[in-house]
Amino acid sequence: MAMRGWPLIKLLPVKTNLRFVDFAKYFAGLSVVLVIASLVGVFYPGLNMGIDFRGGASMEVAKPAGQVLDLEATRSAVGELGLGDVQVQGIARLGSQVDDGSTAVLRFQIPEGRDQTAVVQQVETAISQAVGEVTYSGVAVVGSKVSGELFMSGLLALGSAIVLMFAYIWFRFEPQFGFGAVVGLLHDVILVFGLIVLMRLEFSLNMVAAILTVIGYSMNDTVVVFDRLRENLRKYKTMPLREVIDLSINETLTRTIITGITAVMVLAALAIFGGEALFGFSIALMFGIIIGTYSSIYVGAPIILLWGVKRGAAVEDAKPIKLGMASRP
Amino acid sequence: MIHLSRWKVILLVLSLAFGVLFAYPNLLSPAQRAALPGWLPKNTLNLGLDLQGGSYLLLEVDVAEMRAKRIVNTTEDARLTLREARIATTGFVPDDRGVVVSVADPAQMDAALTALRVLAQPDSSGVAERQVTRLSGNRIRLAFTDQAINGMGATAVDQSIEVVRRRIDSLGTREPSITRQGATRIVVQAPGESDPAQLERVIGQTAQLTFQMVDETASVESAVAGIVPPDAELLYDAEGLPYVVKRRVLVSGENLTSARVGSDETGRTAIDFRFDGIGSRRFGETTAANIGKQFAIILDGRVISAPTIQSAITGGSGQITGNYSIQSASEFVNLLNGGALPAPLNVIERRTVTAELGADAVAAGGISTAIGFFIIVAFMLLAYGFLFGGISVIGLLLNGLLIIAAMSLTQATLTLPGIAGLILTFAVAVDANVLIYERMRDEARAGRSVIASLDAGFNKAMGTIVDANLTTLVAALIMFAFGAGPVRGFAWTLTIGVFTSMLSAVLVAQVGLAWWLKVAKPKKLPIAE
Repeated sequence: MAMRGWPLIKLLPVKTNLRFVDFAKYFAGLSVVLVIASLVGVFYPGLNMGIDFRGGASMEVAKPAGQVLDLEATRSAVGELGLGDVQVQGIARLGSQVDDGSTAVLRFQIPEGRDQTAVVQQVETAISQAVGEVTYSGVAVVGSKVSGELFMSGLLALGSAIVLMFAYIWFRFEPQFGFGAVVGLLHDVILVFGLIVLMRLEFSLNMVAAILTVIGYSMNDTVVVFDRLRENLRKYKTMPLREVIDLSINETLTRTIITGITAVMVLAALAIFGGEALFGFSIALMFGIIIGTYSSIYVGAPIILLWGVKRGAAVEDAKPIKLGMASRP
Repeated sequence: MIHLSRWKVILLVLSLAFGVLFAYPNLLSPAQRAALPGWLPKNTLNLGLDLQGGSYLLLEVDVAEMRAKRIVNTTEDARLTLREARIATTGFVPDDRGVVVSVADPAQMDAALTALRVLAQPDSSGVAERQVTRLSGNRIRLAFTDQAINGMGATAVDQSIEVVRRRIDSLGTREPSITRQGATRIVVQAPGESDPAQLERVIGQTAQLTFQMVDETASVESAVAGIVPPDAELLYDAEGLPYVVKRRVLVSGENLTSARVGSDETGRTAIDFRFDGIGSRRFGETTAANIGKQFAIILDGRVISAPTIQSAITGGSGQITGNYSIQSASEFVNLLNGGALPAPLNVIERRTVTAELGADAVAAGGISTAIGFFIIVAFMLLAYGFLFGGISVIGLLLNGLLIIAAMSLTQATLTLPGIAGLILTFAVAVDANVLIYERMRDEARAGRSVIASLDAGFNKAMGTIVDANLTTLVAALIMFAFGAGPVRGFAWTLTIGVFTSMLSAVLVAQVGLAWWLKVAKPKKLPIAE
């Protein structure tokens, strides 16, 4: 067969025999630290809530191409209207990837009891007085009642996704697997939140969709490893559990790497070319996929080791499972 | 079993035909689509507002406000009825669903009850909205029934949707969608709307037009200071001038049959209107009885004009003059013709995207999709060679075709995050092929024959593929159940993608490899090196 010379096949090791479980302790430590750091970050400094969840208004303001929009003048003009904290942030112009200073996104609150439409009009007037003629390409106003509901339904969606995944794995595999998968999921979700805080990405409805997708992907990855693990547990009835785990991860490693790299590369294209609206979304997805891959190797499987797994009564009686770290509950 | 089974080939051909049939209208211009024969599908991808530009408004019907207003009207009805029956009263105390009247003379209690019962008579359908109860002492309560109070919300939302639809239609906006959400909310989506502020202005106005007499006995000064007669109210006009106006409504917008833009004798823009029979009669009687007095034309609590009655106006038509531009006059006319909203509508969420921003998003999404697709193709060819890699690329192409076809067919909305979902679907679709191929490699390395390796590859990978895709499906369904707006679009794209990628990746690989096996009769698996 004239199939030689395909570089990638050569690049990827044909058969690995890495001792993943040996490093589990160290990675577990790292994971615990990162999870704690992320959780702390979610509360302090906290998520950068978009107007979907915080309520208020966001407007995209642009001067004609080539002209510079005076951000400071815009900020102070809107600031004088007594709307509280006004955020003005320069962004890339329509159809371009670089910030040429002509476009900004403006975020402010609508004070309780004031008419949305009227406030938006006041802001528009104040801006055109301060910096001259501008155009508004995207305007969104979300009432505080709606934003509260959106936030609750977002949390509910994340929560039920995790619960359903747990139920699914429990049903399809065994309780230990379900537990391992859910710890992995929580780990991934919390770390994505950590990244959102760290990069000051805007937490919006789209971000909830990104996290749900990460949940789907991470689960996908975990299932592939678990599936092989279950198969190998049946196949090698007497092999120590930690070796079965190592074997299963090694056997699925090529697939894990290929799929992960494909997904990450595609998302990188999306982050670079998708424009302002998709940047945060694709960055979170990309990070989530990397973390999801990591967690299916280093969080899900070692937890099964920690917890132990039932391998059929006959086998158990004949030969107790040798466990490095713990025995069955 | 890895052989060229007939039903798999048929299924593949059918899905290809389905894909082409439902996806290809997207390549045609609107004119070409219109020229297609009737039996061919014409639906194209339904782009979300973030991709084509437009306005999204979430409106909430203020049912509480409407109830409060109807309770005020009930109070006024009671006051007027008792006065006409010459029954002296000492107080009208509104409560949460009606009014409690105190009758001055206990001897008049029966007369008062009889008079008020007229107000609680059943309507034509035999249902009484209000009921009269005698309370302790000399008090009588006239109040809405539980049913009437509970029904007000639902009726108000239904009526509001109708009114909003009529008003938007009069703006000439193309294909607006007006849907109910929850118990008290209305979603308006107007693609391509150029002036969202106008849309909001036109929808948001209650447009309750009333004609009420000006209370000429009351002093405007003391009213401004806070002393308003109980049967009157203090209103202002556009310039902020105060008027004391009798609460009783002579004629209201409900009795209006038509309105149009006209001009007054000096040629300025004015609004001509016409009443129905009841309206004409009441208006005629009132103007005949009040010549020389002033009446007020009131729209949504603001005095539009307060002309003096020169003579009885019996023809049933009239004119409102004021400082109107042609645009404001036609907006006003549309409001009057569209009818009044039964309750105020509050805009609680508003999103606008200009067409340019939408077009830009489409371009960005298109470029990223193309690049993402190219990366996957290059990667698969590099990793698995022309044969196996090529088969998964064909699978991907079929997948893309099927997704476009399914989205066009179901008219699901494609949003910007939806495009991201699409790209991710491609990446994960490759996973099915990778799982299958890696299995085949394992088997071949374990020393199995080509046929046995291919067979085992499919059989062993299938369970994993199903499990992996089902979890994505669960996530998508949750997004659909809890998500709003763009999240739902994303979820739908993901759902379609799960089904099409399972179908295309596995089926294309099975048919392709079986064919290869038959034609090339290989001795070795090329990917097993």
